[in-house]
Amino acid sequence: MKSPQNVIRILLPLVVLAAGIAIWEFVVRVNDIQPYVLPGPVAVFTTLIGDWPVLSQSLAVTLVTTLEGFIAAAIGGVVLALLFNQSKWLEYSLFPYAVILQVTPVIAIAPLLLIYLQQETAVIVCAWIVAFFPVLSNTTLGLNSVDRNLEGLFQLYGATRLQTLRFLKLPAALPFILGGLRIAGGLSLIGAVVAEIAAGTAGAGSGLAFRIAESGYRLNIPRMFAALLLLSVAGIVIYALLALISHLVLRRWHESALGKES
Amino acid sequence: MAEQASPEIDLRAAGLAVSLRGVTKVYDNGVSALGPLDLDVKRGEFISLLGPSGCGKSTALRLIAGLSAPTSGAVSVSHLAEEVRGHHAIGFVFQEPTLMPWANVRENIRLPLKLAHAPAAEADARIDAALAQVGLADFAGAYPRELSGGMKMRVSLARALVTDPDILLMDEPFAALDEITRFRLNNDLLTLWRDLHKTVIFVTHSVFESVYLSQRVIVMTSRPGRIDAQFHITAPAPRGEEFRTSAEYAAFCREVSKALAPSYAGQAGA
Repeated sequence: MKSPQNVIRILLPLVVLAAGIAIWEFVVRVNDIQPYVLPGPVAVFTTLIGDWPVLSQSLAVTLVTTLEGFIAAAIGGVVLALLFNQSKWLEYSLFPYAVILQVTPVIAIAPLLLIYLQQETAVIVCAWIVAFFPVLSNTTLGLNSVDRNLEGLFQLYGATRLQTLRFLKLPAALPFILGGLRIAGGLSLIGAVVAEIAAGTAGAGSGLAFRIAESGYRLNIPRMFAALLLLSVAGIVIYALLALISHLVLRRWHESALGKES
Repeated sequence: MAEQASPEIDLRAAGLAVSLRGVTKVYDNGVSALGPLDLDVKRGEFISLLGPSGCGKSTALRLIAGLSAPTSGAVSVSHLAEEVRGHHAIGFVFQEPTLMPWANVRENIRLPLKLAHAPAAEADARIDAALAQVGLADFAGAYPRELSGGMKMRVSLARALVTDPDILLMDEPFAALDEITRFRLNNDLLTLWRDLHKTVIFVTHSVFESVYLSQRVIVMTSRPGRIDAQFHITAPAPRGEEFRTSAEYAAFCREVSKALAPSYAGQAGA
């Protein structure tokens, strides 16, 4: 497993990261750049640790919002796809609107949502809007990718619609659904951040994006960087978690989860 | 489906498993795929439908299975066995193994029983029996991707057998396998047929396979598929490697090939 190729693949990005941080710090020190213009990595880390009580609370708020948006997107996307799969009429009637919702920039929708909805609700709805479409379209693709002969077999043995759905279509669509969820995880974080920014200082929220906006007004640039760093790490962790779940679920049978030689 | 109550009684009296009367199939795009076709298959008989690709032999099989409805004519299938949960009159083996990749061998074979809500304990016993019949008892926990092409086909066969069907429909099941594996599966299929007394309708484009396996070979013409000639392969069971290398077998193959040749000539000229 631990071939030199793999070690290099992990090592190289780390070397780039270390070099980047070193150059950044070096440039800031040599040119004596002020922290309110560009803080060095050391200053960012110091802020991260010093402001941890504030930042960790904001991180928790953003993560909870993201999770709520993600769950809503996962359920909404899969359920809509199932309904569309059962009824062509429903699909024809509603699918165009799902597309419209997807192609309209969420940053433009967010201010409107904030007028009509409570802020917490608006943020979750934003996360849902950006994240549900990949789940919907991937699940639809999966449900339509069922082996025709297997469908014939189910028909031959007199399977009911529900049985066909449960024992054939859903398992067949699972790799596609998981792929959609992996995209949706990152997107729901983006949705949550966009809504928090749109809410801005007017809102009572205290998520990470709100902290970034607020720190910007106060010229607290090191805190902006620290909050940005946390958001980025949160995104990476969400993606890695979903990739891991997908791998664990599919490893026994799906090509995508298999090694080159097995 | 196209099964009717009254002809079924006639079927039983006549000892028939399947009867097709004036059956035609025209697809939505206007292509006339089959017929008119008249065919009687006796209970316990092993017949092969032989013909070039696109001669409608698979269509005929799907009509008998009830997977598609005839454009005209009557398809009757006899249901002999008493009503048992999970019993199904027809077993179908497709050209591809058609297994669920997310389920292991045991769960794949369980499928027809699960769909019929058969009691679990009884289902387990029947799955074990089916696994033993196809010689896969040691592979119950394996996933399809871990099996060779021949083993996947055996799983597919076991799944068809687990409902204890009266009629086994096989649509070029061994076409994609290498010769040695195909010969072994041919022999195993003949043994199963002899032991289990099923009616087998076997679709193939191989003259050699059809003659080796069947009591009766039906040669079909293409577009639309019709019966061109019939051959009774009188060689007695059990057939084995001696039969495969005998002069008698070669003579049957020559005869059937001769009957099949015009179908291919017609196809090339079209």
